[in-house]
Amino acid sequence: MNFFTEIGRFMIFMKYVMKRPQKWSVFWKITFREMHNIGIESLLVVALIAFFLGAVTTIQTANQLLTPSDLFPTQLIPKFVVGSVVSTSAILELAPTITCLVLAGKVGANIASEIGNKKISEQIDAYEVMGINSASFVALPKIIAGLIMIPALIIAANFLLMFGGAIATKFTSALSFDDLIEGARMVFHPEYVRIMMIKSFIFAFIITSLSSYQGYYTEGGALEVGAAGTYAVTRICIFILFFDLVIAQIFLGL
Amino acid sequence: MITVESVGITLGGRKILTNINASFHPGVPNLVIGASGSGKSVFLKCLVGLLTPQEGKILYNDQDFLSLEYEQKQELRKEIGMLFQNNALFDSLTVEENVEFPLKMFSNMSKEDRKQRVNECLAKVNLVNSNHKFPSEISGGMKKRVGIARAIALPIKYLFCDEPNSGLDPLTSRVIDDLILQITTDLNITTVINSHDMKTVNDIGENIIFIYQGQKWWEGNKSILPVARAENPELDNFFKASF
Repeated sequence: MNFFTEIGRFMIFMKYVMKRPQKWSVFWKITFREMHNIGIESLLVVALIAFFLGAVTTIQTANQLLTPSDLFPTQLIPKFVVGSVVSTSAILELAPTITCLVLAGKVGANIASEIGNKKISEQIDAYEVMGINSASFVALPKIIAGLIMIPALIIAANFLLMFGGAIATKFTSALSFDDLIEGARMVFHPEYVRIMMIKSFIFAFIITSLSSYQGYYTEGGALEVGAAGTYAVTRICIFILFFDLVIAQIFLGL
Repeated sequence: MITVESVGITLGGRKILTNINASFHPGVPNLVIGASGSGKSVFLKCLVGLLTPQEGKILYNDQDFLSLEYEQKQELRKEIGMLFQNNALFDSLTVEENVEFPLKMFSNMSKEDRKQRVNECLAKVNLVNSNHKFPSEISGGMKKRVGIARAIALPIKYLFCDEPNSGLDPLTSRVIDDLILQITTDLNITTVINSHDMKTVNDIGENIIFIYQGQKWWEGNKSILPVARAENPELDNFFKASF
């Protein structure tokens, strides 16, 4: 199947997904369950990654900027610059992009496998024969749950990145906690948060819709269900990185 | 009543069904028989709209199913129950929740009424004390019964069964056959059964269609089968190979 045929099939899939749910009470019940699966179940892994990423970024940035070299004598670079670099990186790139790449592996593969398994075991056909819009029934609660929970996870990741950085300052003499916070405050710009939120909603949609699509069109057996998960993760990662570039160019390109 | 007129379908460049004509009547089990790969399952999927034939018409009481909009098809499907070959039970739901599912989706019944209806359906298929088990915890025969109970939970007019006896022992197969026959006559619904179980054909075959290499090869009922077999070598070979 060529690229354009696949785009067309994805658009048709989304046309059916975006239809009004047949029973709101059932829809919200499933959506809340999905919010738990996508959000709460991913909180630990996101928190751990954000914390360590923040700590490592702080240590490495401090090492690069504050180690004396022939090119930049240390005294020319104020220590708070490290804080500004870490906080800006956290808001613009580390929290939204890295978190979503991690979630592509955890949530994306899970959704693709779950829907793929329903497809090969004829459960999707059973929904259709009952008169239920199967695409909407299986995918829409996941997309809505993703659009609510993934941005929330990214906001949490942002704070945890800075917390990781703050803890890292306790283990290095090169930088103090006050330097980190001062740097973060100096370069903070609300526009950066807006860009982060735009990224988080777009990435959340990519993760949930692409993985649902991949699962929905699975054919074959257990092997194909596994392959659907792998394809979903690969495609989600490519699309996240592509849209990361597009958003950066639109909002921050000079 | 379901009428099929000149239905043909090509999948992946291969002609699967050619010029199929048939009528399926309410109150009697209608059987579609044929060897594996003859096109029976594709035919059933065409009837319920999971596949769309490129040729012909499928009429549900004179309503052309293939020309309906998606939403109209969904409305009509609320009158359809289907028993899948692999049961297609929702594996994350218990037996009770599986049967309750269509009621939750399409009725305004209270929780108590739904529970009562679920128990009625499970009693009808002789399945009691399994309400809280998951599909993975019950046997193949019990899964078929749950599938039937789920199919009849709402007041349906049409029941489709894809290989209802596959994977079952002969005794359980007879029980399932009897159950489908009883439901068909009691509810006076149009039932179409895909099967290659000859015992089923001999027991409940009131209206039989034999599909051979994607074409309707023979049509009749169990009483004229012996004569038909003598005149039709493909049908005779199919029966001989089945025992």
